[in-house]
Amino acid sequence: MMEILTYSFLVTFLGMTFRMATPVLLGTLGEAFAERSGVLNLGIEGTMLMGASVGFMAAYFIGNLWVGIAAAALIGMVMGLIMALLSVTIGAQQHVAGLGISFLGTGLSFFLYRLFVAPEGGVPPTIVPFRPIQIPGLSGIPLLGPTIFTQPVLVYLALALVPVIGFIFYRTTFGLNVTSVGHNPKAADTAGIDVYRTRFLCLLIAGALAGVSGAWFSMAQSSQFLPGMTMGRGWVCIALVIFANWNPYRILGGALLFGGIDALQTTFSALGVQFPYRILQMFPYVFTIIILVAIARRVTYPAALLQPYRREEE
Amino acid sequence: MRLRIEKRPYPSLRTRILWPVLFVLLALAIGAILIASAGVSPLTGYYELFYGALGDARAISETLWRFTPLLLTGTSVGLAFKCKFWNIGAEGQMLAGATIATFFGVSFVGTSSWLLIPLVIVSGFLAGALWAAIPALLKAKFGVDDVVTTLLGNWVILYFVAYLVEGPWRDPTSLWPESGAICESAVFPRLVPGYRVHIGFLIALLFSVLFFVILRRTVWGSEVKAVGANPEAARFMGIKVARVLLTAAILSGGIAGIAGVNELCGTHFHMKGLGFFGGTGELSWGYGYAGVIIAMLGGLSAIGIPVAAFFMAIIIQGSRAMYRATGVPSPFYYAMQGIILVCLLGGIFFTHYRVRRVKQ
Repeated sequence: MMEILTYSFLVTFLGMTFRMATPVLLGTLGEAFAERSGVLNLGIEGTMLMGASVGFMAAYFIGNLWVGIAAAALIGMVMGLIMALLSVTIGAQQHVAGLGISFLGTGLSFFLYRLFVAPEGGVPPTIVPFRPIQIPGLSGIPLLGPTIFTQPVLVYLALALVPVIGFIFYRTTFGLNVTSVGHNPKAADTAGIDVYRTRFLCLLIAGALAGVSGAWFSMAQSSQFLPGMTMGRGWVCIALVIFANWNPYRILGGALLFGGIDALQTTFSALGVQFPYRILQMFPYVFTIIILVAIARRVTYPAALLQPYRREEE
Repeated sequence: MRLRIEKRPYPSLRTRILWPVLFVLLALAIGAILIASAGVSPLTGYYELFYGALGDARAISETLWRFTPLLLTGTSVGLAFKCKFWNIGAEGQMLAGATIATFFGVSFVGTSSWLLIPLVIVSGFLAGALWAAIPALLKAKFGVDDVVTTLLGNWVILYFVAYLVEGPWRDPTSLWPESGAICESAVFPRLVPGYRVHIGFLIALLFSVLFFVILRRTVWGSEVKAVGANPEAARFMGIKVARVLLTAAILSGGIAGIAGVNELCGTHFHMKGLGFFGGTGELSWGYGYAGVIIAMLGGLSAIGIPVAAFFMAIIIQGSRAMYRATGVPSPFYYAMQGIILVCLLGGIFFTHYRVRRVKQ
């Protein structure tokens, strides 16, 4: 077990932590928008898979990774729009609406992939994924250089979004409107805030971020799409946003914590530590359940979460 | 002129059936677009789908063979949703049931069927119940969100099963990871020789009837409904909400556990590892997730759920037939599951609300 403490282990582990945290960070930041406005969006997992599938296909057929990312964001917004129509416009039960979006995305992403790129029994095509970029000047720093400052560009993008979203939430009118809509939609409406439009926007943003998060799996973490390849990370986002108290900075902390557990599991297997790797693979999921239990008593949900808003009914 | 939404306080039975059926037809119309995008005429596609599922005795037997676990998971999820325990963990509970049944089925060689079959069923029920009781306890005791815990639980047990069939339980003579075969006396006898429908079908029907009787005729059933309608009001009425939640979860998980035993002893005979599709087991084939759609489509009612399960069995069985005949990718039914659930929500809306045009 001594090799755990070596420098090369630390480099692998730290680098992996940031890579594992990235998709979860993007998805959870999106979920924070949805939930702060009062909508529980359980559709993240399916939206991520649509982003992974459609993003991959766009990148594969057009031959440009950024077109793939744009396509992933766009299809994510389409999923967000359907979620908004269900949960905001017709006021369906948010639990069921979100599950519907997740089932839709999971199934449709698989169908489209079979239809357009990989018929049953065929060889799945691959693309050249995002490569790590060395940040000039910083990539020379010991330990931090080869880990934090040598990553695919999506990692930097996700990290940069944290303060941006923090600013939006706490320093802009839109951010404050989101909070008040999620807290007391009726009062917000009286104050002249368009509840429906705010919630629609939040769900579109949540969808776009989840779409890009999914694209990470098929365009950076690996070079191909695989059915169900997000492996339940979308559900982890739902847990992490509660853990982080809907705060983007704490979301970063939560995502890194999860990324660390996930990376530990992967690096252990890579180092050949004598422990059944299938059991190690359970860790991130067990860990997520444990943190949910640990914080359960201290959570204050946005007051209007799960409540559809209808102006007509009073 | 603008639109106004009005609540229907007491939707009639006709309204409650008409709107969901209309929206399922809408889902089939969207499915037609998927079929057309594969370059196949939707009429041909749907003909092959329905003919492949209902066309002759063998097709019907195959559809009923798929209907069996779907009726069990649909009933399981329906019962849980009835008291708003969001059990999305039927997939994992199936695997829990099948795992314990594999243990008895493989090690109790030479035991009589009369002993072994009840043993695997009861132990499968208990394993599924135990696996569902954990998230229910966490919800009742600490208020932990049940959707997330039941779902993540699926992954936990999935990897545990993968560990077993790739490690200690692996059958060394098999090409792919699976356990050794369960012994002959644990295999569910077939109802008609030569057809795959087996006694699991009768067990599933029994649980479906039980679900009906419990909800209509028992005090506990009315408590479940009261908790589902309004937990606060139920508490004021003196109902012990936590206890109702926990017992419903136990029964729900147990039924899903039996669905897993059903798949082991009626379909696969070996414990299988990870499914092709993330989050599903090779043994459970995503039927646990399908249970969520079936329960919702059946309106959580004891009569609606079997109808919905049969419909879903047709779609699943028929999708394979359609793939063989026309080449429309077989994940068609995975996509349809999502489309049906999303459309259904529209149907539920129009069941409870009417939209009127009003002049300003």
